[in-house]
Amino acid sequence: MKRLFFLIMVLALISVKSEAQSYFTRGGQISFFSKSPVEDIKAENHQVLAIIDPVRHKLAFNLLIKGFLFEKQLMQDHFNEDVMESDRFPKATFTGSMKEGVKEGLNHVHLTGQLTIRGITKPLNTMADLELKNQVLHGNCQFKISLADYKIKIPAVLKNNIAPDILVTVNVDCKLMQKK
Amino acid sequence: MITFKRIAIVMLVLAAGASSVFSQDSTSVDLLNQLNDSIGKQAAEMDDVNSIFKATQIVNLPTVEQPGRNNLQFIIMHRFGKLDGGLYQLFGLDNATIRFGLDYGLTDRLSIGIGRSSLDKTYDASFKYKLLQQREHKMPVAVSLNEWATVQTIKYDDKPYLNAKYRTAYTSQLLIARKFNRNLSLEVVPTWVHYNLVPTPEDQNDVFLLGLAGRMKLTKRLSLDLEYDLLPGDPMPSRDIKPSFGVGLDIETGGHVFQFVFSNSQGMIGPYYLTETNGTWGNGDIYFGFNISRAFGWKKTKAK
Repeated sequence: MKRLFFLIMVLALISVKSEAQSYFTRGGQISFFSKSPVEDIKAENHQVLAIIDPVRHKLAFNLLIKGFLFEKQLMQDHFNEDVMESDRFPKATFTGSMKEGVKEGLNHVHLTGQLTIRGITKPLNTMADLELKNQVLHGNCQFKISLADYKIKIPAVLKNNIAPDILVTVNVDCKLMQKK
Repeated sequence: MITFKRIAIVMLVLAAGASSVFSQDSTSVDLLNQLNDSIGKQAAEMDDVNSIFKATQIVNLPTVEQPGRNNLQFIIMHRFGKLDGGLYQLFGLDNATIRFGLDYGLTDRLSIGIGRSSLDKTYDASFKYKLLQQREHKMPVAVSLNEWATVQTIKYDDKPYLNAKYRTAYTSQLLIARKFNRNLSLEVVPTWVHYNLVPTPEDQNDVFLLGLAGRMKLTKRLSLDLEYDLLPGDPMPSRDIKPSFGVGLDIETGGHVFQFVFSNSQGMIGPYYLTETNGTWGNGDIYFGFNISRAFGWKKTKAK
């Protein structure tokens, strides 16, 4: 009898854990945009990995710096080799949590978390729109990051070509992840 | 029995407590670890080694770099006269030769180019094809094929019979390069130059050379480049050709690469620097010059 009770409790505990549902994508999009008097610089990454867990209010993003595509190939080369040193720091990641829960329909949530670029981790607070519809969680969000925060150095000759604050746009469509 | 019940409850409470602590603090890190597992695959696919060299040529020797798809590169190459010209020639600044070139990437692997040099009023057409891409784990070297056809159009009063066929030469080069680390890249270039017509019967129509080149990064945007063309034997006795040796300093900014160069060759394209170099460094037969390339791109990043 006691054993049965114990077993039921353990099972209940396990089932509570497995109820946590995550939404996942490998094809998220993150783009960044720099507007300066001289030129506009834009790059897009379509291979962003994202996982959002609305039950536990947690989320994480992961991407390869090399996955950013530029209009000019030479610019992309310089971005990887000199600016971001992507052989040394191949990834950028974000881990964070949402203040609010996610219900069916459109949700405005506050995100707080840690953004890591070039091995440097800084806190990030921003607002995001999360729309849950037909078991697809669509998220989008915009925020600015400062080059100085991540020790991204721009040579003097290019000071006017690149804005000190870069606008980052995130767009993901996450599908319900099947538990193993 | 009672003790067992107690133990069970305590254990459950502990387990629940532990799991709640766990979900409070480390779930997001946990989620990230899940993502890290899947990003490994992506990283394995994206392990191309890029930026082996900064520009499309070291000094005169071509590098494995080429404009990407739908990218256009405009290059101005400039060589002044010999440094030993003295003050009378302002150390060579009075006599400049220049080449303009356009290179366009048809695909990421194939680029084509045209150019015009003031030396012998030479037109050139070339293509560069990337046979192998250096990869982090799978491929140790990058290999490209570089082909040039050159036709000189300068008028000879004494040789009006020289038609285009006799004025044409071909240069074939296999570019084998490796980026050893962030700062050092080396290249070996087996070269074959074919002349349709050579000045005397003693001269060979086919000349084989071995180019050796390297770049060493000094800072992020500055690199020192060296090139040397090993010339076995004396394939062209009438010309008394010397091996070409060049030193360059690359400075890169956004869309430009500036190269300040010193070379004992005045010609800037194959076969000129390969088989028409007659200066030696020791005698001060050094030409100062620069290459400036500007890249233009129209490649639109794919929308969705």
